[in-house]
Amino acid sequence: MAQLEIKNVTRRFGDFVALDNVSLNIEAGEFFTLLGPSGCGKTTLLRMIAGFDMPDAGQILLDGKDLADIPPEKRPIHTVFQSYALFPHLTVAQNITFSLRMARNALSEVNARLQQSLDQMRLAGQADKYPHELSGGQKQRVALARALINRPRLLLLDESLAALDAKLREEVQVELINLQRDIGITFVFVTHAQTEALALSHRIAVLNHGRLEQVDEPSKLYGFPGNRFVADFIGHINQLEAQVLESVHSHLHLSVAGLGDIIAPPLPGAIPGQRGVFSIRPEQVRIGMHNELAELKNHFSGTIQSVLYQGDVSVYRVGLADGVTVEALLPNSAPGRAQLFEAGDTVKVGWRHDAGMLFHD
Amino acid sequence: MTKPYNSEARLGKYLVGGPPFLFLLLMFAAPAVITVIASLSYPGEFGGLAPLVARDPGTLHGVTLETYRFFFSDFIYIEIFLKSVLMASATTLFCLSLAYPLALLIARSPKKRRDRLVLLVILPFASNFLIRIYAWMIVLGPQSALSRLINGILSLFGLAPVHLLFSSFAVLIALVYVHLPFMVLPLYTNLEKHDPSLLDAAQDLGANAWQRFWRVTFPLSLPGVFAGTALVFIPALGMFAIPEILGGTGDMLIGNLIKEQFLVTRDWPFGATLSIMLTIAVLMIAWLTAKLGARRYV
Amino acid sequence: MYSSRYGLWAAALAVYAFLYLPLAIVVAYSFNDSRLNAEWVGFTWHWYQVLLHDEDMLIAAGNSLLIALVSSLISTVLGTLAGIAIYRYDFKLLNFLVMAPVAMPEILLGVSLLLFYIQVLNLTLGMLSVLLAHIVFSIGFVAIVVRAGLAALDVSIFEAARDLGASPWQTFRHVTYPLILPCMIAGGLMAFTLSIDDFVVTFFTAGVGVQTLPLHIYSMIKTSVTPEVNAVSTLLMLLTLALILAAARFAPDMLKGKY
Repeated sequence: MAQLEIKNVTRRFGDFVALDNVSLNIEAGEFFTLLGPSGCGKTTLLRMIAGFDMPDAGQILLDGKDLADIPPEKRPIHTVFQSYALFPHLTVAQNITFSLRMARNALSEVNARLQQSLDQMRLAGQADKYPHELSGGQKQRVALARALINRPRLLLLDESLAALDAKLREEVQVELINLQRDIGITFVFVTHAQTEALALSHRIAVLNHGRLEQVDEPSKLYGFPGNRFVADFIGHINQLEAQVLESVHSHLHLSVAGLGDIIAPPLPGAIPGQRGVFSIRPEQVRIGMHNELAELKNHFSGTIQSVLYQGDVSVYRVGLADGVTVEALLPNSAPGRAQLFEAGDTVKVGWRHDAGMLFHD
Repeated sequence: MTKPYNSEARLGKYLVGGPPFLFLLLMFAAPAVITVIASLSYPGEFGGLAPLVARDPGTLHGVTLETYRFFFSDFIYIEIFLKSVLMASATTLFCLSLAYPLALLIARSPKKRRDRLVLLVILPFASNFLIRIYAWMIVLGPQSALSRLINGILSLFGLAPVHLLFSSFAVLIALVYVHLPFMVLPLYTNLEKHDPSLLDAAQDLGANAWQRFWRVTFPLSLPGVFAGTALVFIPALGMFAIPEILGGTGDMLIGNLIKEQFLVTRDWPFGATLSIMLTIAVLMIAWLTAKLGARRYV
Repeated sequence: MYSSRYGLWAAALAVYAFLYLPLAIVVAYSFNDSRLNAEWVGFTWHWYQVLLHDEDMLIAAGNSLLIALVSSLISTVLGTLAGIAIYRYDFKLLNFLVMAPVAMPEILLGVSLLLFYIQVLNLTLGMLSVLLAHIVFSIGFVAIVVRAGLAALDVSIFEAARDLGASPWQTFRHVTYPLILPCMIAGGLMAFTLSIDDFVVTFFTAGVGVQTLPLHIYSMIKTSVTPEVNAVSTLLMLLTLALILAAARFAPDMLKGKY
């Protein structure tokens, strides 16, 4: 039995369907992420787990027990809010021990746990400060410490890294992974930032318009997106109109506008004549000057239209026949072929026959 | 705001600020100084003040602390002062307990409705001050429905009827009535700014409704509470019209005492002394509420 | 969660009733066909007719209007200047002089002016003494509204005007003035209502020289309470209501408790 079971949950606000029959199982000890664009229903789901909102239909069970009649203050679930929601009139120590004091724990117990928590979260020396005296990273750690001090069954994190600047965010991500591994509490994380989700999670659920699109491990989600939305939402991907010419167990034979015939990985159930979109990640597309790509089954001529230099990598937009373009992402330091191209260069582009995938309409 | 150029700043400051500055220097600062001087003077023979410099040597003149000595020598004046402080405190407390739920409700109403609810608090306050006091003369009058109801109930228990009008009770109720908006507005302004996610966080961490109010909402609203306290306490302390109209003979407050000295007894030096005492009390209250209401956090 | 909301509503409704019922009774009895403010007898316009023929009352009303009109005009000008000087030039001493009369109990202003008029200026109490006193406490309210209006503006527009070659005067004439005009009008309307309503300061500075409407109402309340007071109260309520709504049109934020 999963620790948290979400069963056929639906929630409407007037005519707007925030969640449409969503079912999910989250296992104990998992770092689980709800990912989706804003308005996809991920925050609504999080608020329901916390108890601030109720499903119109369906159930949410924690350790097999229905949470419906349990108010937020009675649930063994704590939240790290997007704004952190630190109490401005309380010190760091008073903020962190809030839940213990609400439950009227003995003072000695409160102090012992506070010390432990301050040490663990590297907040020793900040105990008597007020929230406005803290840096962004410190506030975030106080919010975490406060939510974790009475060892909840589940920790909910609502866009909890959004307020940090880019550099700090990366550090905090590593800390968060380590923390979760050390304490073993189940984390449910909500974010719209796919890189954050990929970096942190054991599993990710992708939501769109209140529907569950796919639940999978980060590498599977990125490498084998279940549908066009997921493919497009997670990372970048080239999308080309295509028609199935031939479908056999080892490969697909496709006709792609602007490219002609190509070979693609097999798609069970595809039948000749079917239309769809051939999708391929920019890093799977290679660019060459001469004929070094000739051994690839899929290779074409094109012209570099634009170059986006990003330091570690460059993104090239290559124009093919019929106005079709593909994006290719090349590292700038690849040994042996550290060749940079410029706009206007005539080049060859190509990819392996087992790269990319077809999504039919 | 960026700093204006020096020459322009000095010129502009006095060109723009000069007219109101001079007016208030003459019409506010000078009278204040005169009040201090008056409190240190002897009373004139026919009311008013004795001259500081004698016209003929037989009359009282010069500077004296006589009125201050007089104030502290007779306990009756200190008693009236204490009674006024007590009355103002009671007014503040009642205003706070009436205003808090109202301000909380307005602050937690949908945005569109808030302005209308606030306007509803301000509107009665816009009617003339005397009319609002007069209204209570009718409500508390001996033949009013309220009086008859209360005395009816009292007679059921065999108790003697009471007079609601011309009593401390009438004075207190009118003081609360007149000052209530001054408590509602600062409280509402404060409560409206509270981040609702703080209440969610408290609930998430196990606080029940009672704990959420006393541990989060109330301590965060303290700057509003003290701002409102200053706005109610200070004018209530100096009030003279309400006891004059609704109070009985024993309901005299500092304000009435000052009025007596200036317009009836015509002992102006003593009246000025009482004004100075009231000013000191007001400044103390203002200082205290500002200090207590200062936010230790941002 | 929901039950506490009903509790709040009940408490709030009780407070609103406390605020409005006494005034509603005043209005109702102004149409009551009885000398006593005790029981409803029947509808009448009688008390309004009495009012129309009460010459003392009409003179007092005329004085009040005149004082309110002149004092609000002068205090609008002085208050606007003060608001600008405090905001633009951080004139701290002026800020104190402007705010103190607003913050202190009115009786203190009243008696100190009385002392000043009699002992220093040797002025006979009357229209002029009341007028000057009203300006003293009105300046502050206008200044508060104007300063808040200025603070709400984007500072860079003044810099843009200077950048485009406008002199300080031109900047004021073409940028600042049109932008704060609504605040000036709202402040002026406030000053008008404060003046026409004022009892305490007027009580000490009017002497026997001039009778204003509040002073007249006060003497009526103290001597003979008749429903004529209700009638004049009702009319006065209508007037202030109209002025408040007008002020709200010009400075809507003022009524949101933002200042």
